[in-house]
Amino acid sequence: MRLAKLVGKVLVVVLLGGFLGATLVRFAPGFGIDEEELDIRLSDQSIRALRQMDAPKSNVVVFYLSYLRKMIGGDLGTSRTLERPVSRLLAERFPETLKSVGSGLALGWILGLSLAVAVVQSRAWYLNWLASFVVGVLLCLPAAVLALLFVVERVPARLLLSLVVFPKVFRYAQNLLERCAALPHVITARAKGLGNVRVMLWHILPPALPQLAALVGVSVSLAFAASIPMEALCDLPGIGQLAWKAALGRDVELLVNLTMIVALVTLLANSAGDLAGGVFQAGAP
Amino acid sequence: MKPARLIAIAILVLISAGCLLANLLAPAPYAHQFRDLTDAAPSHQHLLGTDDLGRDRFSRLLYGTRVSLLLAPAAALLASLLAGLIGGTAGFLGGRVERAVMAGTDLFLSLPWLFLLITVRALLPLNVSPVVSVMVTFALLGCLGWAGAARVICAGARSFSQSDFVLLARASGSSGFRLLWRHFLPNLKPVLFAQFWISVPVFILAEANLGILGLGVAEPLPSWGSMLRELESLSSLSAQPWQFAPLIVFVVVVTSFHLVLTRQELPA
Amino acid sequence: MKKPSLLFTFLILAACGTLAQSGGQLRFCLHSEPKTFNPVLMQDDASETIRYLTGGVLVRLNRQTQQLEPELATAWKIGDDGKTITFTLREHIRFSDGTPFSAADVVYTIEQLMDPALHSPTGDAFRSGEGKVQAEALSGNRVAIIFPAPISGLDKQFDQVAIMSARSPLKEMAVLGPFVVSENKAGAYLILKRNPNYWKHDANGRPLPYIDSVRLDIQQNRDIEMLRLTHGEVDFINSLDAEYFDKLASQNPAMVHDAGESLDSEFMWFNQSANSPLPAYKKAWFASTNFRRAVSGAINRSDLARIAFHGHARPAAGPVSPANKFWFDAKLQPHPFDQKAALELLAQEGFRFEGDVLHDRDGHAVEFSIITNSGNKYRERMATMIQQDLSGIGIRLNVVTLDFPSLLERMTRTFDYEACLLGLVNTDLDPNSVMNVWLSSSENHQWNPNQKTPATEWEAEIDRLMRAQASSLDPRQRKEYFDKVQEIAWQQEPFIYLVNKNALSAISPGVHNVHPVVLRPQVYWNIDEMSLTSEVARSH
Repeated sequence: MRLAKLVGKVLVVVLLGGFLGATLVRFAPGFGIDEEELDIRLSDQSIRALRQMDAPKSNVVVFYLSYLRKMIGGDLGTSRTLERPVSRLLAERFPETLKSVGSGLALGWILGLSLAVAVVQSRAWYLNWLASFVVGVLLCLPAAVLALLFVVERVPARLLLSLVVFPKVFRYAQNLLERCAALPHVITARAKGLGNVRVMLWHILPPALPQLAALVGVSVSLAFAASIPMEALCDLPGIGQLAWKAALGRDVELLVNLTMIVALVTLLANSAGDLAGGVFQAGAP
Repeated sequence: MKPARLIAIAILVLISAGCLLANLLAPAPYAHQFRDLTDAAPSHQHLLGTDDLGRDRFSRLLYGTRVSLLLAPAAALLASLLAGLIGGTAGFLGGRVERAVMAGTDLFLSLPWLFLLITVRALLPLNVSPVVSVMVTFALLGCLGWAGAARVICAGARSFSQSDFVLLARASGSSGFRLLWRHFLPNLKPVLFAQFWISVPVFILAEANLGILGLGVAEPLPSWGSMLRELESLSSLSAQPWQFAPLIVFVVVVTSFHLVLTRQELPA
Repeated sequence: MKKPSLLFTFLILAACGTLAQSGGQLRFCLHSEPKTFNPVLMQDDASETIRYLTGGVLVRLNRQTQQLEPELATAWKIGDDGKTITFTLREHIRFSDGTPFSAADVVYTIEQLMDPALHSPTGDAFRSGEGKVQAEALSGNRVAIIFPAPISGLDKQFDQVAIMSARSPLKEMAVLGPFVVSENKAGAYLILKRNPNYWKHDANGRPLPYIDSVRLDIQQNRDIEMLRLTHGEVDFINSLDAEYFDKLASQNPAMVHDAGESLDSEFMWFNQSANSPLPAYKKAWFASTNFRRAVSGAINRSDLARIAFHGHARPAAGPVSPANKFWFDAKLQPHPFDQKAALELLAQEGFRFEGDVLHDRDGHAVEFSIITNSGNKYRERMATMIQQDLSGIGIRLNVVTLDFPSLLERMTRTFDYEACLLGLVNTDLDPNSVMNVWLSSSENHQWNPNQKTPATEWEAEIDRLMRAQASSLDPRQRKEYFDKVQEIAWQQEPFIYLVNKNALSAISPGVHNVHPVVLRPQVYWNIDEMSLTSEVARSH
């Protein structure tokens, strides 16, 4: 029953997301405009024909219903900007994004959490300062500069996402762990002479787990969102780059699909985070 | 007060004073192009050299700091308050309300809000002043930037609802708005400060990136974002270290914000 | 005479072998993903690159000499009426998949090109009048194409027509050019392999191309492209940004090439459309020739060329670049920078310059916005420089950068803009290619499109002259007509021409027989004769 409710919720939100996404694109300036119109070789007749191409999509409701009908049959539409079936584009590019997001999240969490643990554990002011400074620099550096540095130093561009995820994970985790470290039972544990590692693993981390689980969900959607400019900057052929091109070209068919994918991923990640948080909370003494 | 906080406060006061007094301190108008001195190195006349159009970098840094230092924290404050209100209330109420609000938040996170920004820009008159245009951009960023933090705050609020001090408050007869306002929301302050601290540079960089779509600050008004965009070119990553002055100021300000805001506030 | 030693002979042969080394993979970047491999529908830059590398054409415009040369056709004749062209085709040629090439393939290609449902831009260039274009195979190797009305410069148009096979099961993927698409990783790269059936040989009878394959990486980011060139990961950059030119020139001067002024121009114009929602007083400003001339005279074009383009551009005089040797009207000079003269012109129209602000005769302060596409740093710089220049005559200019679709919507649908700064990429030398810009009834007549009747006398005159040059077959007569068009454009300034950019490129020393030119494609126009040094060929 619970699972059915979750599936139902996901379905409603994803469908609503697709519709709202289509609406945002439809009413944005530049919808239905093709830069090929500026080709001075084209006759007036051809230009007028080009302008008519997006006319069937001008009514958002009609377009969306027709899109859903085709989707049930497995047809996700054709991208106007790349002139290829959307399903093929997604199948080609999704693995690349999964690799980038996966490696970015993994590395970002490892770095962020371990640094937060080290700072809280050591309680050394200089380590806190250093970590804050490094995180501050990373937050302030434009992604394009980071991308350039990666290319100059020949570091795989995929790892760029980890530098987006890491500062946020560190900052929230540090904050959370410090609050948990000040709880009475931790003070008691230290007073009883328990070692740092044991205190961290058994007394600080458990109460922090529900919120850390929530943070996992948020960081997944953050990583997905960050993959768009990252892939566009580094020319990685993932769905982030596809989303950027689709946005610039007002490619409503592609954007609806991408919005729904992002909505699905966000919902699933956050639901999983909530579920895990609930489990940790229930299991807490 | 810790010495670090004092230094951070002093730095922020100095930088704020500097940019507020930009009219007096700037050696040249920020828009004036010294066309015979483009890409010039620092000198007596131009403390940080000139940019590719011959504009004095130091003047642009002073005026740009004014724009970004006023608007980005305002947008971050707006986003943090919205996140606190929405996430905190959802976590406080729990149950179906929390689930519905979080589903709405997830939906909000998934939508391509870029098109809203483009639409708003299109609705503004073309001859609107650069200041109004950038204020609108930052206001929109503030209104759109709450969703990520709301989730984390909701999770935090949910865990507070089980804590001893809340149980004690309920037992004492506190409920509803009073419980939310007097006990819940103050304990969310550390998370909100963390969110605020992270949002400030994120919004400044977002303003810089939105410039690619024509949504940032309009010429000739400078901002940190537009100055940081200069660093995005390969030709700048070389023998002109003075170009990094805006980045250094940016990092110093953000770090100072962090040191000032993150006190050891702990729940009872 | 002493015979050369065996060792000496060997060394010479080895040197020749190194210089004209076969093999290896040439690598460069495309800035976007090609949308289609159908040569009839190709419109974007990336697809046109693929067409150039894989497509076989009947005649080829030599990009260096700007003269037409035989390719798949050994000879051609244009009828006296200018409506018919007859080609004699090379024999014993096969497509890349082995399908024989014949006149039937040319007929098929023309039918595809002229299909009204496809709206091919290349096809539209051939539409000379009402009526169908007919193609007829006169024999196995002779084909005639008949147009409903005469087309001047007809033969040169076939440089853009890649011949498709009528019979191959591979359809448009069977090609006649030097390379054939062998791998396409969507969004990442394409690999083109040598066409095993390519018909060309060099003077020594060696089959062309010398290079085994071409790798095209999809790389939109110009900074990363430049880095990859310096790391040796790509072999050349076809169109180099001016600031990278100077950076590379300081490191390795031999790598960079400035071929001089290209055919491209940057210009601005005022919105004179009757459908625009602008207030009447602004419409009156923009419709005034003196106003436009004054704005033009207040802009320092030399500074634009020197600063925005780092000296790799020249002030533009008119619609045709000096690189277009035949069609350029050498009598025209760029408008001089003279703010005093500009104010005098404005005074004639009743404008008053008071306290650093210009007012019109009704007291309105002269203020308007200029839109341009965001992300193009040259245009953003130019717009900012023009903003300062115009402040010198009391005009307040607001620079608004918009993303391209938003900009296009204002330009072509809502007409809700005041001035616009854009550029024109010219790929064709012939003025027929810009017919749709100059005809007042055209959709692409940017300052006031779609006029039912010409709004001004000078636009009516331009219409007459453009139609006259299009229907004349005498090149000298055509030049006279088109020179007059240029002179009217210079006087009336519906477009305020700013600069002609230089054609810049960067080429790795490992690539041989490269002669960068101004016509596109600047670097690889003779790709079938390019070669790599043995070290580079081995490392690739």
